[in-house]
Amino acid sequence: MRPKNRKTKKRKNYPAIKQSNDTTTVLFSQPASLYAVENHYCAGCGHGIVHRLVCEAIDEFGIRERVIAVAPVGCAVIAYDYWNFDVTEAAHGRTPAVATGIKRVRPNNIVFTYQGDGDLAAIGTAEIIHAANRGENITIIFVNNGVYGMTGGQMAPTTLAGQRTATTIHGRSLRREGYPIKILEMLAVLPGTKYLERVSVHSAHEVLRAKRAISKAFKMQIDNKGFSMVEVLSMCPTYWDMTPIQAADRIKNEVSTFYPLGVIKSC
Amino acid sequence: MCGNDACGEGAVLAGCRFYAGYPITPQNELTAYMAKRMNETGRVFIQAESELAAINMVFGAAAAGMRAMTSSSSPGISLKQEGISYMVGCELPCVVVNVQRGGPGLGNIAPSQGDYFQSVKGGGHGDYKLIVLAPSSVQELLDYTFLAFDLADKYRNPALILGDGLLGQMMEPIQIDSGIQPKFIDKPWALTGCKGRGPNIIKSLYLGDGVLEEHNKKLQEKFILMKESEVRAETFHTKDSEIVLVAYGSVARIAKAAMEMARSRGKKCGMIRPITLWPFPDKAIEEACNAARKFLVVEMSAGQMLEDVRLAVNGRAKVDFYGRMGGGVPTETEIFQRIEAMA
Ligand SMILES: Cc1ncc(C[n+]2csc(CCOP(=O)(O)OP(=O)(O)O)c2C)c(N)n1
Ligand code: SF4
Repeated sequence: MRPKNRKTKKRKNYPAIKQSNDTTTVLFSQPASLYAVENHYCAGCGHGIVHRLVCEAIDEFGIRERVIAVAPVGCAVIAYDYWNFDVTEAAHGRTPAVATGIKRVRPNNIVFTYQGDGDLAAIGTAEIIHAANRGENITIIFVNNGVYGMTGGQMAPTTLAGQRTATTIHGRSLRREGYPIKILEMLAVLPGTKYLERVSVHSAHEVLRAKRAISKAFKMQIDNKGFSMVEVLSMCPTYWDMTPIQAADRIKNEVSTFYPLGVIKSC
Repeated sequence: MCGNDACGEGAVLAGCRFYAGYPITPQNELTAYMAKRMNETGRVFIQAESELAAINMVFGAAAAGMRAMTSSSSPGISLKQEGISYMVGCELPCVVVNVQRGGPGLGNIAPSQGDYFQSVKGGGHGDYKLIVLAPSSVQELLDYTFLAFDLADKYRNPALILGDGLLGQMMEPIQIDSGIQPKFIDKPWALTGCKGRGPNIIKSLYLGDGVLEEHNKKLQEKFILMKESEVRAETFHTKDSEIVLVAYGSVARIAKAAMEMARSRGKKCGMIRPITLWPFPDKAIEEACNAARKFLVVEMSAGQMLEDVRLAVNGRAKVDFYGRMGGGVPTETEIFQRIEAMA
């Protein structure tokens, strides 16, 4: 996240634009779950797209008033400034534990976490593994941008081999820093996980697939099927030191070859 | 009933809807008791993967508006500090139980009062306070755990029960149902889904210029209110005693026996037992200063509450200390000998 002097515009509660009458077909409108405000994300950042997809899915299921979200510590820490439903913060990485507490006492609510790869794959590994292993009926939206955005672009557990970051200035060395973690593949071996899919938001085509995956994940929870998680490969142009277009291309050509897209597990 | 079980029953009676814990001696009976009773009564019990997860599950349940509790012993309570700080910042009520054991480090599993500083001076990061209740019997473990839920809800702040291995393991007959009802209050701030209202947000993050300072001021105002309304202490013969003992928790019982021994031998000896360690009963100590020449603070630590007693006495009397550490428990005779040496 860039220095925080760009103020978010005051929140207005815009309703979804519903102009459909006999002569017009609505193709695109503001989701009721997403405030129509300027956000603080950098140009070309994937977070804004993922926020919108989550909100669209929530609206389509008509569950906005049942949703309780758990925001991470990371660039998306103030997601509640954009989301028009109940949200709590959580300590860095403890997000799935907080979601567990909420869902267990309010099983009729739809509970999801939104986490970065530092939050989920580093400091919060214990919490994600055990929430998955208990088969908590929650949904995890995991935004993998391969770096720690919020704190200035340091290496994340997901950083690719050779990738230069603030803490791996000559590139991640597998011998020194170890290997990038494929969280979904790890979680897939746990019987508690029911739906795991990896998607990307680097192109319009992939965004549509990401949307379908996020909807499916919520549907799993609505149907009480158990633990569902979508990993979204997402651009961080700022700390990849790239233009938004270069960053999108990097996912297509590089990141998604290491982290294969598609359903990892579905039952 | 043992102290750990009584603590659990206090929580059940108080309407605790969610419990998460992680095994650690000497509080294991409490986790086991909750596993049994929470399931029997149709509430939620989770054996968490760590104390970090346990306190954060409690965070979630509390954010969702339910009464929630976690318990542990000293090393596990250290891990909970992050979560406790977040809960204060987010103004979420909960009850945390610490059945203290010897430290530092892994220490041992014998009783100790080495976590006083951690409990009353903060423990986690940021400017905050917890209501800290120190029971000294199995009955009080039940009663004060019950009370802690009401206080936590009232102030939207975590409350801590500071026990120790001796109290937790001790068996005593108790009265379970006092007939007192828990004081449930509305929680319009809780996350329930935003049906029929605007979204609720639970957060401790305040980024704007001066906004966090305002939030801190609001928290401090609550702490002042707690200081004004929630101080609890027991005093014995403090109006006319030259020597006043100060002790809390299980040690207070031993100290009281020593005080009685001293009185039976004609010594003007009294005692103050702080029940709330925070807010600390400064006034009771100040008042005792009218007659007392000397105070003797007795703890199972190197002298932690001692500092608060000294602050309250403020130079008006001499303050002595007798402490045992690392699982050592002061005996009646040891304390009595100290009293004799002071007289
Ligand atoms: C206990 C703790 N440690 C460290 C931090 C600092 N911190 C804030 S965000 C963050 C990493 C965020 O990275 P990621 O989860 O990948 O999310 P992104 O910002 O890339 O979206 C860290 C280390 C913190 N807030 N709390
Ligand atoms: S993830 Fe990267 S691009 Fe997005 S807001 Fe954070 S720093 Fe900027």
